[in-house]
Order: sequence, then structure tokens, then C-alpha cells
Amino acid sequence: MDKIIEVKNLTKKFKDFVAVNNINFDVQEGEIFAFLGPNGAGKSTSIKIMTTILEPTSGEVKINGFDVRKEQNKVRESIGIIFQDSSLDEDLTAYENLYYHAALYRISKRGIKDKINNILDYVGLFDRKDDYVKNFSGGMRRRVEIARGLLHNPKILFLDEPTIGLDVQTRAFLWNNVKKLNAEKNITVFFTSHNLDEAEKIATKIAIIDHGKILIIGTPEEVKEKTKTSSLEEAFLALTGYDIRPEKVDNVDRMRMRREREGGGRR
Amino acid sequence: MNAVYIMCHRQVKEFFRNKQRLFVSLVQPILFLVAFGFGLGNSFSNSNGINYISYLLPGIVGMTIMMSSVMSGMSLIWDKKFGFLKETLVAPVSRTSLLFGRCLGGAATSTIQGIFVLFFGYFMGFRIQNWAMFPLIIIAMFFVALLFNLLGTSLASKFDDMQSFPSVMNLLMMPMMFLSNAFFLPDNFPLFLQFIVKINPFNYCVNILRFLMSGIESNLWLSTSVIIGLIIIIGIIGTFLFKKIEV
Repeated sequence: MDKIIEVKNLTKKFKDFVAVNNINFDVQEGEIFAFLGPNGAGKSTSIKIMTTILEPTSGEVKINGFDVRKEQNKVRESIGIIFQDSSLDEDLTAYENLYYHAALYRISKRGIKDKINNILDYVGLFDRKDDYVKNFSGGMRRRVEIARGLLHNPKILFLDEPTIGLDVQTRAFLWNNVKKLNAEKNITVFFTSHNLDEAEKIATKIAIIDHGKILIIGTPEEVKEKTKTSSLEEAFLALTGYDIRPEKVDNVDRMRMRREREGGGRR
Repeated sequence: MNAVYIMCHRQVKEFFRNKQRLFVSLVQPILFLVAFGFGLGNSFSNSNGINYISYLLPGIVGMTIMMSSVMSGMSLIWDKKFGFLKETLVAPVSRTSLLFGRCLGGAATSTIQGIFVLFFGYFMGFRIQNWAMFPLIIIAMFFVALLFNLLGTSLASKFDDMQSFPSVMNLLMMPMMFLSNAFFLPDNFPLFLQFIVKINPFNYCVNILRFLMSGIESNLWLSTSVIIGLIIIIGIIGTFLFKKIEV
């Protein structure tokens, strides 16, 4: 198997705060890799660096063989991303959201209509393709995002806490399809989650990170063995302790929370 | 190029979908036009033989374009809030093309609003001096709109907050509007304020529109170079700021 993600001596500092502290790991092609850790451990920062949203302070990250600093667009073409919170344009229809995505990823125009229709059918939203996303439920939005993330045939799928706030059906749909895509198309999956049962069931490999450092890496069995525990949750608590972590909230988060509370529509 | 086109396309599409916003954006310029037109029309010093509406309308058109262009920066903040910005930032396209795509789209929609106000002027007795100029009028409007779109969007990249952006932008635009020659001849201003008028870029935008629409002479080359120069400078700064956006 080939290394599809290579992280070497990766460090990210925000002023004095070290969010990611000299971490090293590889992900092999075809793995389902779970990146776990408490709030503020450095998960999101790492995923942002791997998906070219943030620049690393030092170290080297290669995605599908491309350097995240020097070959950004090659990296971006290789990956599909499902973000923690919605990143759809609510004023566009489901079809249009996918169409704009196709244009941004320079997918050839020929046959794009069929391709979008097929993928919307695959996530069960073909009937609703011309409805505005603002009228969709959380689960439906997530399905549009799954369809969008797969539209450009990525080699790696990144999912940042993909099941937060989803109903049981959408959660099952998401993981079943992730497993299917992994098995049938050999898509590598890299995800973060706070749901350790999920991670234990889905992942073929696990890394636990805390205070910007990787504490352990291995298959779920290896992790349990090394920590002499019987479940991933126990292993996780044994490694990271019981302290509750303060979560940093920035302006954009605050804005989103306010929106969620008010259930606000746009404009 | 494709990314520029598609971002532009989206701005225009969403503009036409929101009829309410289009209507609301025209109320203010029309009120200005009516109030100033009837209110100041008679007292306007008529020494050059120019009627006030020929003088005023290009200023109001400029104001319409400036306000809607700067405020189009709001769409960037919306996209931050609703997450769509992230989708564009991880797409395999340059940030420069994202910035210019948005701004070209915003410039197109602001130009359309400017044209609406121009034709509303006909109810107030305004007449385009020379119809041969019409294509140039559209081009000038578009460049003015592009300038202020770049300004609004670049500044918006530094804001996360939907409340503070419009108020800060108003704070910026009000002096540009009133300390200019948009509504009246600034000849009676104290020297200090006349100096501010001279360095106010909006002044030059109005000058060029006024020349093309009403045939009122001014230094055309100076105005053109100010506008083009600022598009280049703000374009460069905006590109830099866009590259720094973190979500």
C-alpha cells in the first residue's frame, strides 16, 4: 500500500499558542483513519492544514503526493471535504450548489447534468433537486454535502465531525456510504469525531491527539491492547484524562450559534 | 478564468432572485433625487447655464453605485457565516480569481442599479446629452462599481460581524458622499474642506459620469487615471487580504 497522507514534523503556532506540536503520521491508501481528541487538542487545526485552509508554521504535509504549501490546487483536486457545519449556498438549489462546485473544480461540462442528477439520486434527493437549500433539513443538507464532496471523484474524503446534530437515519446513511465508497472505490477516509463508538466501529486506524501531540496511533485493537482497556472510550479517557476542556469560541462561531438559536433564514 | 466567471455568475443570479433587495436599494437614491432635485433646484447657482438636474443626476447615479458596491461586501460576510466561503476557499482555484469573480459580478449588478436610477431621472426632467455616449456611460459606471466592489469586499474580508460592517461602511461613505461635488458645487466650502473634496476619489467618479451623461467639462484624464489607478492598488491590497482569510 502507498502512503496517501504524509505528515512530517508538523507544527502550527498562533502567536504564542502551539496548536499542533511537531506531529508525525502517515495514512495508507484505502484506510479509514479516525483522528480523535478532546476539544482544543489540535484536530481541527491539523485538518485545516491538510485541506489547505491554513498554512503550517513548519513541517511538511503531503496529500496524494502533493505538498500542501507548494501544490495547493493539486491537493485540492485530490480531496473531498465534508465540513463540521454546513457550507452550502442556501440561496441556491441543490442542483445549483453541485453545478457551481463542478465549475469550481473544472469538471468538464459534457455530461455534467447527468452526473449531478445521478449523484443526487444516489443520496436520495433527486426529487428535491430544484428546491432551495434554505428549505432543507439538517440531514438533507448533509446529504447534499456528501454528494458535492464526491462529485469530483476525490481520492481522499475528509470529514470533520460529520455526524454532529444528525438524526440516526442520516448518520447510518453517512457511515454506510463511507464504508461502501471505501470498499468499492478505494477512497481513503480521514475523519474526526467525538463519538468514539462510531470511530471504533468504522475506523481501520486511529490516532489520539491531545495538547497538539499524538499520544497513540494504531488499529482500534492495538489502541485498546496498549492501554489495557476494553473499549475505545476507556482508552481515550485513560490517555487524555477526565478534565473538561475549555473550548475557544471565535466570532464566526458565535455568529453561527446565534443563527442556530434563532433558526434564522438568510436575508 | 472559469472560477472568475462562475463567481460572477452567482452574484448576478442571486441579485435577480432577490427582487425585494433590488427594490429597497433604489428607494434611497430616488428619495435623494426627489428631495435635492425639488428642494435645491431653484437655489442652484445657474451661472454656467447648467440646469440642476443635469448636475445632480450623475451624482445620484454615482452614489447609488458606490453604496450598492461597497455593501456588496456583505455577501462575503454572509458566505462566512453560512459556510459557503469555505467551499470556495478549498476549491482548486486562486484566491485572486475568487475576489475578482465576486467583484465583477457585484459591479455588474451595481451598474444595473445605476441604469435604473439614470432612467428614473427622466421623470425628473433629466436628458442624456448625447446618446452616442451611452456605451461609455455604462463602461464608466462599471469601472466605478468595480472600484467600490473591490473596496467593500477587501474590507469585508477583515469583518466577521454582520452588524458592524454596514455601520462602519456608512461611516466611510457618508463623508465621501457629502464632501464631494455629487450634490452641489463645493465652491462655497472652506478651503480645508475643498482640499478634502480634491483628494476624495468619489469626486472623480462623479466627474467622469457628469461629463459623459451631461456634457459638463472636467479633467477626464485625471478622473480616469484616479479610477484605474485605485482599481489596481485596491485590487492588489484585496488580493493580499483575501489570501489571509482564515475560516
